[in-house]
Amino acid sequence: MEENGEAVNAQWTIKEGDHVVLKREDVFKAVQVQKKRKIIFEKQWFFLDNAIGELYGTNFEVASGGTLQPRKVKHEENPQETKEAGMDNRNIVDDGRSQKLTRDDIETLKEQGLKGKEIVQQLIENSTTFRDKTEFAQEKYIKKKKKKYESDITVLKPSTRILALMYHGREPGKICHLRYDTLAQMLTLGNIHAGSKVIVFDTCAGLVLGAVMERMGGYGSVIQMYPGGGPVRAATDSFGFPAHFYQTLHEFPLAKVNALLAGALSLESEEKSGLEDSSTGARELPQKTVSEAVEREAEHSSPDVEAIVVTSEGPEDKSKAERENQRELRVQEKKIKLEEKRKRLLAAASLLEGRNADGLIIASRFHPCPVVLSLLKFVAPSRPFVIYCQYKEPLIECYTKLREQGGAISLRLSETWLRHYQILPNRTHPKLLMSGGGGYLLSGTTVVMDTAKSLGPQRVEEPAPKRQKLEEANV
Amino acid sequence: MSFVEYGDVIQEGDTAIVFLGHDSMFPVKVQRGGQTQTRYGALRHSADLIGKHYGSKVTCSKGGWVYVLHPTPELWTLNLPHRTQILYATDIATITMMLELKPGSVVCESGTGSGSLSHAILRTIAPTGHLYTVEFHQQRAEKAMEEFREHKVGHLVTVLNQDVCREGFGVTGVADAVFLDIPSPWEAIGHAKAAIKKQGGRVCSFSPCIEQVQRTCQALAEHGFGEVSTLEVLLRLYDVRSVTLPLPDFGDEAGGPGGGAPSAQNATMTCKTAVAPKEMAGHTGYLTFATKSLV
Repeated sequence: MEENGEAVNAQWTIKEGDHVVLKREDVFKAVQVQKKRKIIFEKQWFFLDNAIGELYGTNFEVASGGTLQPRKVKHEENPQETKEAGMDNRNIVDDGRSQKLTRDDIETLKEQGLKGKEIVQQLIENSTTFRDKTEFAQEKYIKKKKKKYESDITVLKPSTRILALMYHGREPGKICHLRYDTLAQMLTLGNIHAGSKVIVFDTCAGLVLGAVMERMGGYGSVIQMYPGGGPVRAATDSFGFPAHFYQTLHEFPLAKVNALLAGALSLESEEKSGLEDSSTGARELPQKTVSEAVEREAEHSSPDVEAIVVTSEGPEDKSKAERENQRELRVQEKKIKLEEKRKRLLAAASLLEGRNADGLIIASRFHPCPVVLSLLKFVAPSRPFVIYCQYKEPLIECYTKLREQGGAISLRLSETWLRHYQILPNRTHPKLLMSGGGGYLLSGTTVVMDTAKSLGPQRVEEPAPKRQKLEEANV
Repeated sequence: MSFVEYGDVIQEGDTAIVFLGHDSMFPVKVQRGGQTQTRYGALRHSADLIGKHYGSKVTCSKGGWVYVLHPTPELWTLNLPHRTQILYATDIATITMMLELKPGSVVCESGTGSGSLSHAILRTIAPTGHLYTVEFHQQRAEKAMEEFREHKVGHLVTVLNQDVCREGFGVTGVADAVFLDIPSPWEAIGHAKAAIKKQGGRVCSFSPCIEQVQRTCQALAEHGFGEVSTLEVLLRLYDVRSVTLPLPDFGDEAGGPGGGAPSAQNATMTCKTAVAPKEMAGHTGYLTFATKSLV
């Protein structure tokens, strides 16, 4: 914990290439800081150049030309000085004529370079009904107009909280509608912590994977199981983890799980299939993901491959010999990448082979049943596992199968209910809108499989299915 | 074994969880020569526990068996000796994520209470973080420290026996997050602010009553905290079971009573379903989160 002042500041300063999250009111957007790159956020465009060198958490105002101006002190003074207010809304008529400024007038004000706050003040002055509104209604009016015309943007360091809120708010479909509090439950119920070995399978753009990696802090290992051509890590990359975190991250294709379980995962065949993959080119999309994934891996793990990439991208000479050279380089490069990929597959396989993982986290669009039943075999006894599904029924099936099969106890099917509140003096109540559902979780703990498969003289853990009495139904 | 590191084999000095089935379990401090009575008979620590793998089935003296589990903060929460009201996993999970805790985080907490949340915080911030936990009740503070040592997380925590509202957390400008679970959190907001790093941090207050929340929110606003948000999170547990429903008899086309076949008269249909419990925890407390932004 002994850091010098400079190191602390470096960690808190926005740098070029950083993954950051932009925030305005309750809206977030994850971007990478790049110079001269136009960002469009909440119908505004701007450049992040001026954010570089400022501290995380700084508030910016978008000035003309899309430049950001850091706003050092956030002053929240009320624009209107007159504290005149109505008693109730008996004199307010909704005829659409209370605002004297037209849209064009407002546009003109904007063009004149008026700031958001000044526009809001103009709107108040030109509203015939503002003074008749109650104090509360005035506050609400100002808040609404501020939201529309003021252009404060905060640059934040990404975190699970922020990214989970962002994805849930903007693109819930991409994360299987996993609500942030449900993700929070998964991390806790899964006992995710530094130094453990965790298997993650998510089709939530890698959000769950990122959340797990954040909780592990670069200690231990994570094995990402993936369907199809390559692992998806769009959300994971948005966390902006330091490079060494990626050294603890491994990936293993679901398509090779059966082979691994059967002890038949052969390396030679892998090499061949890898070559086939790149030569046939029949399945274009997955292939692209593979190459992308490989590239990313190369970036993270092998500096010499990167060096070769750089040389191959050098200024192109049109001479034939040069082109021949290039081709050779490319072949060489491909070979290295394949070799790299094979090594990574081996590393992941050897991690799984011990069948001693410390946890299993699943959040996918696939039916969870076969996934759990296969992947649970890689988990050590007395370790937690958590399965997320957007729907309840597949988890009921999982529950039943796991009961039949044994090897898991404390099975719990659950859901969390989340409600936000408005807290204001004398006006406290639940928010008018709440999320209807955040998905379902099945969690449990692994135990040593009963080889004899005798249920023992004692209780069967589940109470015998209670038959609803026919009489009951007839009442 | 430790609460921040998994072990495979039960060793002397471990705190193991004996699982009897159906949410019935208790913690055991494993001691050579020790013995623990269960409803299935005695468990002899030397013969039945030490050297066995966590998660294995152990037969007790009366022939019944139990599972012995590796402790986790969540199992501890369900088994710890209550000295106060405690926080449960649902709230703990939300607090941990919304406070953005991770390895290396420095956290201030008050009160320590029975240490349910403390164990979960320690698990998350290990191996490089630190927890400063303040408890005004002397015995509770001492007992908590004893447990932390026993669970091999003592090096990650400082327990202070003082009143947080009057004396604060004993540290300034170091915390990434502050958690308050005290009767009058609004009196400690100033101390929370002082404890947080100058680059900013998160704060959370847990209060069962809305009046407490109102005063806390007011104090947060007065101290310049932003992003103030109050929420409530509840766990809905489902019971998976098969239900069998009778099918009604619509009679035959001639208007006779039920097609004659005996099967039609007591036809039923069975399905698997998830039933919500008759009663559930309807309220634990309101969680108020806020951000201390950059000064």
